Amino acid sequence: MAKHVLVLIGTRKGAFTLESDSGRKSWGLKGPFCATWPMNHVVGNPATGTIFGGGGNEWFGPAVWKSTDLGASWTHSSKGLAYEGGAEPIKAVWTVAAKNGSLYAGVQPAGLFRSDDRGETWQHVEGLQKHPSRPQWTPGGAGLILHSLVLHPNDENQMWIGISAAGVFHTSDSGRTWEPRNKGTRADFLPEGENYPEFGQCVHNLVMAAGRPDRLYQQNHCGMYRSDDGGKNWQSIEKGLPSSFGFPVAAHASDPDTAFMIPLNGDTAGRYVPDAKAAVWRTRDAGKTWQGLREGLPQQNAYFGVLRQAMATDRLEPVGVYFGTSSGTVFASADEGDSFESIAEHLPVITSVETMVVER
Amino acid sequence: MPNDTRHPRPAQAVAITVRLPGVLVDLFPGSTRSVKMSASTVDEMMDEFDRRWPGMRDRLCDSTPAIRKHINVFIDGERAKLDTRLEPGTKVFVIMAISGG
Repeated sequence: MAKHVLVLIGTRKGAFTLESDSGRKSWGLKGPFCATWPMNHVVGNPATGTIFGGGGNEWFGPAVWKSTDLGASWTHSSKGLAYEGGAEPIKAVWTVAAKNGSLYAGVQPAGLFRSDDRGETWQHVEGLQKHPSRPQWTPGGAGLILHSLVLHPNDENQMWIGISAAGVFHTSDSGRTWEPRNKGTRADFLPEGENYPEFGQCVHNLVMAAGRPDRLYQQNHCGMYRSDDGGKNWQSIEKGLPSSFGFPVAAHASDPDTAFMIPLNGDTAGRYVPDAKAAVWRTRDAGKTWQGLREGLPQQNAYFGVLRQAMATDRLEPVGVYFGTSSGTVFASADEGDSFESIAEHLPVITSVETMVVER
Repeated sequence: MPNDTRHPRPAQAVAITVRLPGVLVDLFPGSTRSVKMSASTVDEMMDEFDRRWPGMRDRLCDSTPAIRKHINVFIDGERAKLDTRLEPGTKVFVIMAISGG
């Protein structure tokens, strides 16, 4: 038995996997899976080796796909993945999170579902829809989507969610009640003087720092942020970065002070990497300072973006960093971002990148 | 065939034949493109699909409930709805509309 790392890739035309041994020098691509459905988020549960994929098909609607054999075969289910009759139907699944026996799915229009039988059936976590702010939630560019799910590592009653453009919410009672947690994050798209509302911010991605459940990192439509109190208060960490706009953020697997971001050139400027030169930006001090990492990444004529769930780290030593582009390339680093190489090209538009380390 | 929800006689299950798209059949191992069944309405037809191949109704209908936006159910050359009645010997065509990008 040896450790292998799987890079799980969601694209606009199906799911793919890339697999390597722990050296991460040679990669094998498999796919497309999931009947070439648009797959917004593909994740693995390392405890069981199960892969889940959330997506939605233009013809056949939303579903969570599942593979228990590392992608060789797949099933799909949306049983219970529905709002009450008369409500706007669910268009797609946008995120899936599995941890400690819990399995959740976030959907469009924004809502949360839980499965207690490994994705065979789903139950609506209705408390979120009952939040008093619900009638005022407004969709972001991709729609009213629940795209970020952060489960507490030690307390199954706690989780954080991110909704575009309703903001970050937290529950400590398994989803019965929710509290907005957006203090300190900007909404530049609101009138002057109203830029720090209780909710309505356009969160793009939310992750938890390694070993510190109270520390969260957030990429927002309007800035990059860190919270050290579970999202009750946010501090801007965008100083030193080339822009305040981007989609993904990834946390280091063992160092809570290290995180990775990929700023883009701006929401109205094409949403490319700045100056058409690709870089991953790394902080080693929780966002006080940043270092642009460019070795192995294209430094001219790079007109791609990286979407909100399309960057991840692995749990190997040293930590690997991966991201997938809107032009279908997967870049990987086996040295914490110091250098990158392309490990897959010419895939469909990449919507998500996650990793799973397995023994095989 | 009209959406005859005002039809005076009670709905009665009748023998019909349904043609399904291959891409849908591929999602449900064991299903077939040509299906014979008894149903009184398109809604009942969907329920019978789900009884035979659990989950198939969700692929064809949303929670409104309605036939999905990009799925067309044709009977005698006209688009049917869930409450459309079925006549004995009806041939139903379930067809994927143009969609995607």
